[in-house]
Amino acid sequence: MVQKRLAALAVLLLGAGIGWYVYASQTHAWHPFRLGLDLSGGTQLLYKADISNIPSADVADSMAALRDTIERRVNLFGVAEPLVQTEKGSSLAGQGSEQRLVVELPGITDTQKAIALIGETPVLEFRLLKEGVDSVPASTTAADMNKYFEPATLTGKDLTDAKLDFQGGQGSLNQPVVVLYFNSHGTGLFADITKKNIGRVMAIFLDGQPITTPVIQSAIPDGTAVISGNFTPEGAKELARTLKYGALPVPISLLSTQSVSGTLGSAAVASGIFAGVVGVLFVALFMLFWYRLPGLIASLALLVYIVLMLALFALIPVTLTAAGIAGFILSVGMAVDANILIFERTKEELKSHNPREAIAEGFKRAWPSIRDSNISSMITAAILFWFGTSLIKGFALVFFLGVLVSMLTAISVSRTFLVALGFEGKGSVMHFLFGSGFSKN
Amino acid sequence: MFIIRHRTFFFSITIALVVLALLSAVFFGLKLSIDFTGGTLVEVSYPSGRPTAPALQEALKAGDFKDYSLREAGDHGYILRAGNMSQQERTVLPQALSVGGKYPATIAQLSEIGPTIGAELRNKALLAVLAVMLCILLFVAFAFRKVSQPISSWIYGGVALVTLIHDIIIPVGFFAILGSFTGAAVDSLFVTALLTVLGFSVHDTIVVFDRVRENLRINHEKGRKESFAETAGHSLSQTFTRSINTSLTVVITLLVLFLVGPASTRDFALTLLVGIVAGTYSSIFLATPLLVTIEKYRATRKK
Repeated sequence: MVQKRLAALAVLLLGAGIGWYVYASQTHAWHPFRLGLDLSGGTQLLYKADISNIPSADVADSMAALRDTIERRVNLFGVAEPLVQTEKGSSLAGQGSEQRLVVELPGITDTQKAIALIGETPVLEFRLLKEGVDSVPASTTAADMNKYFEPATLTGKDLTDAKLDFQGGQGSLNQPVVVLYFNSHGTGLFADITKKNIGRVMAIFLDGQPITTPVIQSAIPDGTAVISGNFTPEGAKELARTLKYGALPVPISLLSTQSVSGTLGSAAVASGIFAGVVGVLFVALFMLFWYRLPGLIASLALLVYIVLMLALFALIPVTLTAAGIAGFILSVGMAVDANILIFERTKEELKSHNPREAIAEGFKRAWPSIRDSNISSMITAAILFWFGTSLIKGFALVFFLGVLVSMLTAISVSRTFLVALGFEGKGSVMHFLFGSGFSKN
Repeated sequence: MFIIRHRTFFFSITIALVVLALLSAVFFGLKLSIDFTGGTLVEVSYPSGRPTAPALQEALKAGDFKDYSLREAGDHGYILRAGNMSQQERTVLPQALSVGGKYPATIAQLSEIGPTIGAELRNKALLAVLAVMLCILLFVAFAFRKVSQPISSWIYGGVALVTLIHDIIIPVGFFAILGSFTGAAVDSLFVTALLTVLGFSVHDTIVVFDRVRENLRINHEKGRKESFAETAGHSLSQTFTRSINTSLTVVITLLVLFLVGPASTRDFALTLLVGIVAGTYSSIFLATPLLVTIEKYRATRKK
């Protein structure tokens, strides 16, 4: 008995601990909740990538390059925590699977500005460091770059390819380098520039920022150039890819845009939290009045469920949308379902068993229906996840987690508490504690 | 048991409700949102008072906007629905909405969805509903596979499927009526609500079926002779309270969500509410009685 009570105490302390952690992690911003764009305010843009001219073997590469390029532009915009990711459209619309790009810009509600920024053609260009300039301050803005660099009239249009290669560096170690291949126009220009400017720094600019600043070692007439530096193989590979696909590697067209203002979002958060608190309160009150002592225990288990879910939201992290919050509130109502099934069953078993046995039987016999009904919910949640746009996915994930976690808390947590109370005899007190409103038993 | 004995009566109520829902869906029609058709939705709010609808329409006309619908939103705003905008329309929209700067406007929400995305989501939605139904049919048939007397587990699955179809038709009919009054359109949240209803409604049905399964086993072990109708009746009355109570807690949270929750999920909560009440009704008054009817029909055919 002492052990059982210690276990219950441990569960209580653990629940309180997690609750404290969730609270502290929000106030100290260790793991802040991640809010979807519909709650934080912002813009989501969905693009279709036209891959009809790209060999299928290069599609993955091109899409990655596209993502990187767009990401760089979005970063120029100064957006906090932007999200740029590629995704495949489903083939259900009848035209085969489509490659898509999702861009999420929290805090940006001017859709026009966002579209314009992303739609811009990026510029890959070569520039020479002006003579007499020793170093360029790290904080130099794109506009101020002209103070330090002069254009070398060579641009990304003149490149045909860029590859990762390894060359013997100092010692016997092979250094990763990037090899550039120019077209005929570029070959002539490049030969000319390198002949005239040996020893100067020739920087390669992308979207107004220097991405590499090699020094010209000798005149290069054969239309190839080697950029050496302190590259890691990954870094060199990425640079080669960026250079190869300097301009948008894949043409894109806008499929859909969605923007929500921050005020609308924060109003939704506020009323969502309020609805959550009120909902929990009413469900707990209902359980308490109908099931009395077991109802109190179910309410405790519900609190454990809530802190566990909040901790999961913060740690995974789950992107919370308005639909996700609705799903969470809904799941509060469902979380006590297992308890209801167990308690009703326990009440039945009390007719033929002593309380301790009745509780054990109640848990055991209610289990198959709890299991089967929750599996059907999880199947639904999985299909929802597949169906959904990002907002619906938030709901599906919360719903799925909710069913899973509530099964754990409604069964293990409430069992631990019930067993720890240790009922023995039969009596009117027992009857009152376990009785439920309108039952004849 | 009362419900089993008077099952024909409850069947007629059920059929009447379904017919009513279907009629209202046909009569009022379901308005598809831009999620499924593609198009533009703009929610605009005027912190310092909104223009009258004719004034706004005049301004939109001047901006060359055609084929749009305007609806008041709350006390300070409008919701504008239109087809896909041209670049020109996009540029002049803010100016037109503020009626040439006379009414400072903030765009609270703007969604533009291309026609291909709409068509894709429409297909996906239908497929998702079908997939959920099929999975539940298979799952119920599997979960009750050990119960083959007196009716096979596929019948349990089939009956669960029939109740699911009922649970979809009722909220669809309801939503058609709602839409004709408030302009609510069928969007991806509505489909989400339907799918959730399906998952939850089968909860209750499974609880009763599980009890039937258990009682059949006990009867068999104890060699007790009891008609299937009696067993089903017992099972139903034994699980009645818990069916109601499990739904009641969900109804409580949904009511709260509907009354004080975020505006963007209000229709969602209402659809869920209607669907879950319908689901609870169907698992008590439709599912098990239907099992009994099928069993009786088969028994008489065997003779």
